Amino acid sequence: MAESRVTDAGYLTNTPRASEWRRFRRVFFSRGVVAFGLIVLLLLLITAIFAAWLAPYDPYRPGVAPSLAQPSWEHWLGSDILGRDTLSRLIYGSRTALMVGFVSVAAASVIGIPMGIVAAYSGGAVNAVIMRSMDALMCFPMLLLSLVIAGLLGNGIWNVIIALSVATIPGYARVTHGLALSIKENDFILQQRSMGSSYQRVIFQHILPNAFPSLIVLMTMQLGNLILAEAGLSFLGIGIEPPGAAWGAMVNDGYRYLLHNPILSFAPGLAIMLVVFAFNMVGDGLRDALDPRLRGLL
Amino acid sequence: MTTYIIRRLLQGLIVLILVTLVVFFVIRLLPGDPLIIFIAQTAQLEAMPQEMIEQLRHEFGLDKSIVVQYINWIRNIFRGDFGVSIYYREHVSTLMAERFPVTLHLGGLALIVGAVVGIAAGLITAVRRGKWLDKIITPLTYIGITIPVFWLGILMIYLFGLKLHWLPISGYTSPLDDFWLSTRQLVMPVICLSFFSIAANARQMRSSMLETISQDYVRTAWAKGLSERRVIMKHALKNSLIPVITLVGMGVGIIFGGSVLVETVFAIPGVGRLLVSSILGQDYVVVQAITFVIAITILLVNLMVDISYGWFDPRIRYG
Repeated sequence: MAESRVTDAGYLTNTPRASEWRRFRRVFFSRGVVAFGLIVLLLLLITAIFAAWLAPYDPYRPGVAPSLAQPSWEHWLGSDILGRDTLSRLIYGSRTALMVGFVSVAAASVIGIPMGIVAAYSGGAVNAVIMRSMDALMCFPMLLLSLVIAGLLGNGIWNVIIALSVATIPGYARVTHGLALSIKENDFILQQRSMGSSYQRVIFQHILPNAFPSLIVLMTMQLGNLILAEAGLSFLGIGIEPPGAAWGAMVNDGYRYLLHNPILSFAPGLAIMLVVFAFNMVGDGLRDALDPRLRGLL
Repeated sequence: MTTYIIRRLLQGLIVLILVTLVVFFVIRLLPGDPLIIFIAQTAQLEAMPQEMIEQLRHEFGLDKSIVVQYINWIRNIFRGDFGVSIYYREHVSTLMAERFPVTLHLGGLALIVGAVVGIAAGLITAVRRGKWLDKIITPLTYIGITIPVFWLGILMIYLFGLKLHWLPISGYTSPLDDFWLSTRQLVMPVICLSFFSIAANARQMRSSMLETISQDYVRTAWAKGLSERRVIMKHALKNSLIPVITLVGMGVGIIFGGSVLVETVFAIPGVGRLLVSSILGQDYVVVQAITFVIAITILLVNLMVDISYGWFDPRIRYG
């Protein structure tokens, strides 16, 4: 869906839609590693959706295996101290990662993108208030800000989502601001304004669609960063409540038994890395296909 | 140039005020009465009479309106007084004086390693584009920006600490007490903390160097018959450093963020760990102080980065 809207914007050329789509596909799939990333993400999505069928055991039930079992045919990745099956917990952890990633990106972009556009288009005092506030939020490292907010809000996946969204809003606002500033200098915006188009119409029908390709790239890359940040938070023991499965928390649980049963820590860490890598690669591919000028910026 | 610097400083001042607002209000408006939590932690909630709770509340200044509390907080910061930790019952400035040098030691080294190694790696891969060094280093930089820091730390502890017994797996010793032990203890944390920065700087450096060496003035330098060393180091390097400088500036924030994780993995008693334990203990006085100091540091670094652009590229006009 997103792709057809992107080509609708006619960002660089006015060539017919079909060839635009073909060009997109050609550039996007020109690097094997991008296709690899896409496959990983599809597998991840399937894993998260069908977790209940794929997981060999109940991920929350202790004692389905002996405590700290080594990998075996019954338990491919062994089991943790409570005798819970690591593979099942890893599979359910994909749900946590994806949910936190997608919901936070959606929330942060829904708030941050309009802020950036409004600031750039309005200019003056509105611009100053919005952008200086964003500057102030950007003085806090993303991980620290989300750590403080999530930590003080208390445990729970929704608190993590709130924290990560707040911490990433300024990034969206700043990038959108930059994009909107250059888009609004175009003659077609001047034309719209001289025709008497309303403020909302110019912003939502003209500036936003033109910024969209770059924003899609930003959002894809942010998904990877958010999953990394969520893993960091749950590694520190902030976020997911005890029976729940989160990859970062699993790495931490396994850390204590590193010498005895290293796979407890290694497997979830590898999962995080693979997923973040996949999101980054797909983001790279989208960038090259949608807006190569972002190279080096995102 | 001067007007630009003055305007940038004024802007910085406004952001500074906003930062204090964020630090104070975001933290205070979150749920959880710090005092009740403190009392509950010492398991005296039931035993404690109401008057005593009120008295404690008064002692910490929690009975005044939040605006008054904010003004008091700012006034005390100007005197260098960050308040008394609810949990440790100790002056926050004392706590921070113990912890900050540790994080600065770790983070400073990581920042230097990240910048030097990252820029060198980016330089080599750009100049030797498509050659074997590029083919090895560039894929590594992709791993560098995706690997979770805490997991990298655990992998290193497993391999170099538990299996090979090359390095101590945790702890921190001041270099003034035992320089050799301190260095050995810091090798893994520094590599771990700088890994992301090395990769990010290398990627940025590579792409900006590739752009620079395709420019006319670099071709002119080649055409004059200058040596490769002179062309790259004397002509191309300075200009291609500009985007990297921004990234190194941003790296300060990333290193502060990462130090929370790295200090936890390697059991290093720095501000990162103090922050985590204070958050878990709802000790808002300490949380406020630490976030404030970190935000101010980052604000100042960004200011310096912005101003230093002119030195790196005189073509930049401050409008």
